[in-house]
Amino acid sequence: MRRSKYEKPVPRPGGGLKTSAMIASLAGPDQRTKPAPFGHALVEMAKTRPDIVGLSADLAKYTDLHIFAQAYPDRFYQMGMAEQLLMSAAAGLAREGFMPFATTYAVFAARRAYDFICLAITEEKLNVKICCALPGLTTGYGPSHQATEDVAIFRGLPNMTIIDPCDAHEIEQVVPAMVAHQGPVYLRLLRGHVPLVLDEYGYTFELGKAKTIRDGRDVLIIASGLMTMRALETAKALADDRIDVAVLHVPTIKPLDEATILAEVRRGGRLVVVAENHTVVGGLGEAVAGTLMRAGVMPDRGFRQIGLPDEFLDAGALPTLHDRYGISAAAMNRSIRQWL
Amino acid sequence: MSTEQTRPGSNVSLRDRAYRIRRNALLMGEVQGQGYIAQALGISDVLAVSYFHALRYRPEDPEWEGRDRFCLSIGHYAIALYAALIEAGILPEDELTSYGGDDSRLPMSGMAAYTPGMEITGGSLGHGLGIAVGMALGLKRKKSDSFVYNLFSDGELDEGSTWEAAMSAGSHKLDNLIGIVDVNGMQADGASRGVLDFEPLAPKFEAFNWFVQRVDGNDIDAVAAAFDAARHHADPRPRIVICDTRMGKGVPFLESRERNHFLRVEPDEWQQALRILDEGRGQ
Repeated sequence: MRRSKYEKPVPRPGGGLKTSAMIASLAGPDQRTKPAPFGHALVEMAKTRPDIVGLSADLAKYTDLHIFAQAYPDRFYQMGMAEQLLMSAAAGLAREGFMPFATTYAVFAARRAYDFICLAITEEKLNVKICCALPGLTTGYGPSHQATEDVAIFRGLPNMTIIDPCDAHEIEQVVPAMVAHQGPVYLRLLRGHVPLVLDEYGYTFELGKAKTIRDGRDVLIIASGLMTMRALETAKALADDRIDVAVLHVPTIKPLDEATILAEVRRGGRLVVVAENHTVVGGLGEAVAGTLMRAGVMPDRGFRQIGLPDEFLDAGALPTLHDRYGISAAAMNRSIRQWL
Repeated sequence: MSTEQTRPGSNVSLRDRAYRIRRNALLMGEVQGQGYIAQALGISDVLAVSYFHALRYRPEDPEWEGRDRFCLSIGHYAIALYAALIEAGILPEDELTSYGGDDSRLPMSGMAAYTPGMEITGGSLGHGLGIAVGMALGLKRKKSDSFVYNLFSDGELDEGSTWEAAMSAGSHKLDNLIGIVDVNGMQADGASRGVLDFEPLAPKFEAFNWFVQRVDGNDIDAVAAAFDAARHHADPRPRIVICDTRMGKGVPFLESRERNHFLRVEPDEWQQALRILDEGRGQ
């Protein structure tokens, strides 16, 4: 295909899916969803916790914080499109005894406000909850909005807890757990109409715990966030070919549940695959690899990673991009078959 | 006269307080042999007014809920704040010799986790005003009548985050926030206005809806009057006192030293500096 001076191939006219809205839905056409689980769960917690306040940097509507703002207008602070201030002011409110939920997009928290999160919040172990939409590859807007390295950035921060929930069912349980936890938390927020999956498996979230969602003899997929949903889909598809896939869901990326991960890998006889909605650099994959390395544990049937490439990713429609970069269920299915 | 005003029950004048803060700072500087001593000498008058005229606090209980908060955004000015906290009785005087040493509670750059009376961790410049905005919002939520003071520097006017906070404080009408800018005219790479020209400064803050005063920061009467006006101003606006100070104030041979952002002082010069300071007392 002819290449333009912009390094992108010149496409055929028409053709292909549309980028659609900034926050495209992650749900498949027939998937059950729940609206704004974060916003509603926060309103519920705020009923009995007057110390909870909400702050946004001109993105309340896009982080589901507007639900809280509508319920508690006097406890909502509009900080303007000023992420450095957002995090500093959240630190100040926490110093005065409040529990700020500060929301923006993951790119802006991770890239623009990092120094402020690092020193004003985590170094001081302040009780600020940083809840960010568009983690990893969850928008087709291109690198300006795709937080493909957010986990890598925040994993480097001592004292920081990182949560990467899978679905609406989990987010509803994550919010009370964040409130109960004393200290800074980074939440990779899924917002809008969020898929509902884990309720079918009788799953309950516990901060710091990895949980087996389904067991299997041939493959162990260790996943977090929306990749757990994809892993479950993949497991169902592979079951048709008598490939038995276990899915270990690791919603708390830091601190990592090393004991459970090591125990599962030590069972042996399974291909171990780590799947994450994040660059292959510095996320769950490398966290698991580091855990195994330090414990001297080697998976006996292979050890593979599914994640985004170390590149600035394309703009486009999410289903196209997820498939292109290997994190759709279909792509995952292909990769695992190839590795077996 | 406001130079004679001081904390209730004390007969020590503000000028004497400033002298003793300078002395404490020189003694700490001598421990390390170098440091941000010129800034400390320059800001001592402002700190004397802050801790012995303006601020409400209990020396024996630095975390008393009813206190006014004093944030040090410029972490490297810690030497100056420790000098004031010692004078205020919040820190014991005998810790002074531990300044900047291993396991000291008085690190070179101020951190909240280390030192009683140090409200925030500064040092990564441009943090203080934003944190102060959050504290001011929090105090209003608690219906507290305490003020938040944030001491920052002309160098920090280079930081975009300072202006995010400035705009927000005006927008949120934070009349319980008092900014203090130390305009000493010197940054790491040279003269502040040569690094990045921040003037005209007062109109900038006025345009951001602040109540602005600009004073000679080494004129104790003027600083005390400005702090009084800042606290008692009726408009629902944040307040700022721009303080023009002289680096090395009180020790002429340090005042005149070029590029005095981080001073190296010869071993014999410390005693000389102290002597000059002692001789100039009361003048």
